[in-house]
Amino acid sequence: MKFGVVRFPGSCDEVDALLACRQFGDAEILWHGDRDLRGADAVVIPGGFSYGDYLRAGAIARFSPVMEAVTEFAREGGPVLGICNGFQVLCEAHLLPGALLPNLGLRFLFRQVELMVENADTPFTRGCVRGDRLSIPVKHTTGRYYAPDRELDRLESAGQVVLRYAPGDNPNGALRDIAGVVNEGGNVMGLMPHPEHAVNALTGPTGGRALFESLAAAEPVPA
Amino acid sequence: MSGAATVDSRHRQLGLTDAEYQLIVEKLGREPNEVELAVFSLMWSEHCAYKHSKKLLRTLPTEGPAVVMGPGENAGAVDVGGGLAVAFKVESHNHPSAVEPFQGAATGVGGILRDVFAVGARPIAILDSLRFGELSSQRSRYLLDRAVAGIGHYGNSIGVATVGGDIYFEAPYEHNCLVNAMCLGIAPRERLVRSAAAGVGNHLVLLGALTGRDGIGGASVLASAELGEDEDKRPSVQIGDPFEEKKLLECCLELLDRGLLESLQDLGAAGLSSSSSEMASKGEVGIDIEVDRVPLREPGMEPFEVMVSESQERMLCVVEPARLDDVLAVCARWEVRATPIGSVTDTRRLRVIADGEVLGDMPVGALVDECPLYDLRPELPRVPVYRAPKRTLSQEAPAADALLALLRSPNVASKRWAFEQYDPIVGARTVRRPESADAAVLVLDHDGGEGALAVSIDGSGRRVACEPYTGTVEVVLECAANLACVGAEPLGLTNCLNFGNPEKPRVAWQLSESVRGLGDACRALGIPVVGGNVSLYNEGTEGPIYPTPIVGMVGRLLDPARAAPIGFAAEGDAIALLGPFAPELTGSELAKLWGLDLAPLHPVDLDAQRAALDLVRRGVREGLFRSAHDVSEGGLGCALAECCIEGRIGARIEYYRGAEIGKAPEPHMGWLFGEGPGGVIVSGAPESLQRLAAEAGDVPVLSLGEVGGDALVMAAGAARLSIPVEDLKTAHSQGIPDLLT
Repeated sequence: MKFGVVRFPGSCDEVDALLACRQFGDAEILWHGDRDLRGADAVVIPGGFSYGDYLRAGAIARFSPVMEAVTEFAREGGPVLGICNGFQVLCEAHLLPGALLPNLGLRFLFRQVELMVENADTPFTRGCVRGDRLSIPVKHTTGRYYAPDRELDRLESAGQVVLRYAPGDNPNGALRDIAGVVNEGGNVMGLMPHPEHAVNALTGPTGGRALFESLAAAEPVPA
Repeated sequence: MSGAATVDSRHRQLGLTDAEYQLIVEKLGREPNEVELAVFSLMWSEHCAYKHSKKLLRTLPTEGPAVVMGPGENAGAVDVGGGLAVAFKVESHNHPSAVEPFQGAATGVGGILRDVFAVGARPIAILDSLRFGELSSQRSRYLLDRAVAGIGHYGNSIGVATVGGDIYFEAPYEHNCLVNAMCLGIAPRERLVRSAAAGVGNHLVLLGALTGRDGIGGASVLASAELGEDEDKRPSVQIGDPFEEKKLLECCLELLDRGLLESLQDLGAAGLSSSSSEMASKGEVGIDIEVDRVPLREPGMEPFEVMVSESQERMLCVVEPARLDDVLAVCARWEVRATPIGSVTDTRRLRVIADGEVLGDMPVGALVDECPLYDLRPELPRVPVYRAPKRTLSQEAPAADALLALLRSPNVASKRWAFEQYDPIVGARTVRRPESADAAVLVLDHDGGEGALAVSIDGSGRRVACEPYTGTVEVVLECAANLACVGAEPLGLTNCLNFGNPEKPRVAWQLSESVRGLGDACRALGIPVVGGNVSLYNEGTEGPIYPTPIVGMVGRLLDPARAAPIGFAAEGDAIALLGPFAPELTGSELAKLWGLDLAPLHPVDLDAQRAALDLVRRGVREGLFRSAHDVSEGGLGCALAECCIEGRIGARIEYYRGAEIGKAPEPHMGWLFGEGPGGVIVSGAPESLQRLAAEAGDVPVLSLGEVGGDALVMAAGAARLSIPVEDLKTAHSQGIPDLLT
């Protein structure tokens, strides 16, 4: 499995994501100005503040050349994981449903939170069992997941809600405690928590390993 | 001549004395023009020239086996093994933060980051030391709220972890808050660069943001004078853009990686004036700046404005002509503006040129090295400089009430409210997060190589106000104890001396005594001072701030997994107090709550302190402890409570000092809540602590009790204090939030 980790101007956690991916496969950085995914089997859109979060978090990054290639890759079924700012970019790019609004507290918030796996039948969670709890940190200002009620009903019934904050652990006011969702095809996932910061026991709990392990075990999509 | 008279009165507005102005006339051999006067006034300001502090700073020890770069460079640096060096520095941004706390604090972080990447190191950690007035004041609440938001805004957005810091609230900071930011960066040792300009004929290239009218006169008007209330100084505060700096940071590091730069310097206080003249001075060359080539944010800026603008996110580099195209290409890729604005000459002069006309022509030596230095006139104050704090707790309150009151008091209470607004983990190096250990711990090598860094920042102004010499010794000891608790040996120290107006004898006394204490403590512990910053004139109509030397210390440890956490870990573990701890109520947090006057501290035996720190460090490195936490604000009682809160487990403590708990306030209140250096609470398997006690030599090891249960129970004779850990936690965690709502 070869991961490609996108670097936008203003990305902050791309090296962290790269280091995490390298625990589970090959990985390299993809430059925002290139349309070439360099043979990646999975793409990670990392955290940070792409383009300074100017205009709106993720709103500018979605227009970068690399996102054209990522969009095409996703349409062909390639796995794409968006973390934090990456989740925001994927929503802005309409590769994922819904939107991320400013936290209810209106402040940046760092916290270790417990997540519950709602759907273990995705390329990102197949190493888990439904109901598993993962301890992963969040750190963001704009992470309150939002979609209209009817859309949320549809997402839930289609199994597109993959991760929820455990009861009492919702850090941002996300509707229905939603922490991570997938697209209809199940191959594009976004989450606000940072699994790349939860893969090394020396630096904290390792709830993020399950996601990378699942992805690394996924079947590569034939080119 | 009316023209001369106007210029003549201008110099005082710009902060120069008449004698200084005359000296400038002598150095130039003529009257300075507007441009030259603007440049001189900044270069000869306290902020740039350290004219009231340089003589004192020269007394500090600056050499040590690990030192790679000492004072004088953008940041100091020490060797941490494995071919790596760590560069670090702390700097103040006090007056801008008092005027506009969000941008003041944000650009304080931005500025210290540039200092670190200017030497070629990648910033990996930020720590902040903040001082405000009491939270009962609406202004202090506003300053705290906005300064913390500003720090988070800049550090989070640029992707550098904020791993630690401290916050204190004391009335003397009410009108003059302190915002000190420290940054730590890492680099292959051979990639570190100095700022000396070299190579006559080389290009001077300005990188980064446009130059605007923000921050004009920041170094002289804001940073080198007392804060008055009569002027609106808001236009002197700079505006930060972390996204611009993120690109600039990545771009500069790539330029250095590829060996394209001769030298690099950040633009901070006094903008182009100081950066160019300092580069020229260090390189013993001259520099021509063509101000009309500087890209401007707004049209019609005067040449002097271009020279002194403190617009943020700019760097200056020297590039060989043959490499200019490569440099511009790298900058284009990072979308960083890069403009050749001048050249290196052999004239030893700084010349300001526009449209081929020389607008200013000054000897570099006069600008950088020939500002007059002043001797302080210290005098021991005959009357107290500070009023006693306002009493908020009765001296009759029983020990249990006092403990809860202390845990709630904002100086002792958890700073989680602030830390949660910072990203402490970006960069994937953070082994110990804020408040989980006494020092932040960061891995050196992502690929599992040996060793880790520890870093801590400290400075209790109230204790320094009690007695500047001993108080400052204690600040250094506190930092060293924090490092020892995670098993680190100190490699170097940086400091920021925040004081009042040094031209006043009582402040001069505080400053000289404090620097004497800093030097003595550093010599005794063998820690070199590799850099620092001075922030003077921190006073308003209410008098000076508490004298506040902030010390940032960096150390190295071998096994980060053994870095001891604060929290007690396991039922049945033994608890001991290590070190020559001799608690006193004088200058303590409890004395503050009781409203007692500040009074002199007891002298400190530095040899005994050093032996205790060595023992703690050895115990941590050998894995004998499951927790270690030094005793500081709130004394033993609060330190034990913090060990319980962090570990989510209780403790049973028994001790005998001839006193009962829960009755008369003295002397057991002193034992419970008195403060002083040299006490570390450790816990571990009973046999481990016995082994340590056997090897302790002259270092006192006092058995305190054992870990267990769900309450902190302290007993002495028939008296008991018993508080559920849950209640301790509530007091500790709600202390600050309750005061903010």
